[in-house]
Amino acid sequence: MIVEKETGHWKENGRIEGFRVGARVPYYRGLGISMIEDIQLSVDGEAIPADQLLVELHGNHYTLKEMESEPDDRWEFGEVGTIKVKRPGGLSSGNHKIDMLFNLRISYMPVNGIRRDSKTISF
Amino acid sequence: MKMKKNHSIKRGVSLYSFQEEYFLRKMSLEDCLAACASMDARGIEIIGEQMVPGFPKLTDEFLEKWFGWVKQYGLQPICHDMFLDFKKFKGRRLTEEEQLQSIVRDLKFANKLGCKIIRVIVSTTPELMQKAAPYAEKYDVKMGIEVHSPWHIDNAWMKKHFEVMEKTGSPYLGFIPDMGTYTKKLPRVMIENLIRKGASEDIAKFVTEAYENGVMSEYIVGEVSTMTKKPIDMALAESSRFYSYTNPRQLLPYMNRIFHIHAKFYEMVDEETEYSIPYEEVIAVLNEGGYDGYLSSEYEGNRHIQDVFEVDSVEQVRRQQQMFKKLLRENNPARSLGAVTT
Repeated sequence: MIVEKETGHWKENGRIEGFRVGARVPYYRGLGISMIEDIQLSVDGEAIPADQLLVELHGNHYTLKEMESEPDDRWEFGEVGTIKVKRPGGLSSGNHKIDMLFNLRISYMPVNGIRRDSKTISF
Repeated sequence: MKMKKNHSIKRGVSLYSFQEEYFLRKMSLEDCLAACASMDARGIEIIGEQMVPGFPKLTDEFLEKWFGWVKQYGLQPICHDMFLDFKKFKGRRLTEEEQLQSIVRDLKFANKLGCKIIRVIVSTTPELMQKAAPYAEKYDVKMGIEVHSPWHIDNAWMKKHFEVMEKTGSPYLGFIPDMGTYTKKLPRVMIENLIRKGASEDIAKFVTEAYENGVMSEYIVGEVSTMTKKPIDMALAESSRFYSYTNPRQLLPYMNRIFHIHAKFYEMVDEETEYSIPYEEVIAVLNEGGYDGYLSSEYEGNRHIQDVFEVDSVEQVRRQQQMFKKLLRENNPARSLGAVTT
């Protein structure tokens, strides 16, 4: 799920705006993004509040709230998207443990699919 | 309908089998198609939502490439696997009309790709199948409800589907049995994966033996709950719920409603043997019933080994196809004489 080489500081115009985590949806087909019920991210055990997560998919940006009502744009199978967190200055240099959770609302499954990944990444 | 007398089982591959390599961008759609051709497996099954970016749109550019590959590699598009996302929106289900439109969308998609069959996801209701039948006819695409374990072709849900098939009389409605319903032994790759995650070997031995002896999952889970409190041990016991073994002869009365088959497999130990599913038994029954559609390889072992091995789906599918070549010749003397080519 966590794609290491797409994870690091989020830079714009040479400034570190925050950090970004590359992600693939852990499922065997692409999904309309309204079916991604939740994404959770934590860094070194600190959970990032949901309203601070910004998802970038092939150039489009969504908050989790906006994803809820977007059935047509799709997170394609194997597509690497980016989850961005605004934090001026970014994370301290060195290793940070990233935990990620995807909660997928798959219609034919009796309950939602919950998938987790965890990786330590050098910033 | 009368039982068909002549038979000629054909070999194909569901591109689902190559999901690991495609997900990691080690193989492209064209690579997947070329792999099928290299095994002389001509029938192609595709999950549009998996390998056609931009689904359900099909651009002219994509279609040109698709039919170019089909021609170049000597393939035949057979089946598109559809999903019905009735939980598309948080807090409400799609209406019946919206669900019907979703099916129509997939029928059109299949038609444009040259597929004459769609795999209908098992949770689709018989009532919806009935409503969709005229559209299946319009787009000339058959709709097969997938008979996937732990369902099997004789249980109540499938009986309801069968009633609708008989009531409508539509030749466009039928079954796509998944051979996972003939899982005689729990997949070894799945059990070993759970042991790596901390399940105890004693529990694994108990569960696999009980399953092979035909003990119902409810009893297996109940018994294991008295032996251990570890969640991973319980997960191992619970895994038995998702597999089933029924006698493949149960397919015989439905044979003229079966137009495609998912040849599910978890581990080809060599070119002769699938660890869990007794294909020699299954194919003998299909021959007896006069099945003349495709055996569509569906590899599902990747998820159990990806934590420790580099998945080689192409090799796994190749072995299964080799097994099919042998079994189909054994059961059909005409083939060994070269009268029928695969």
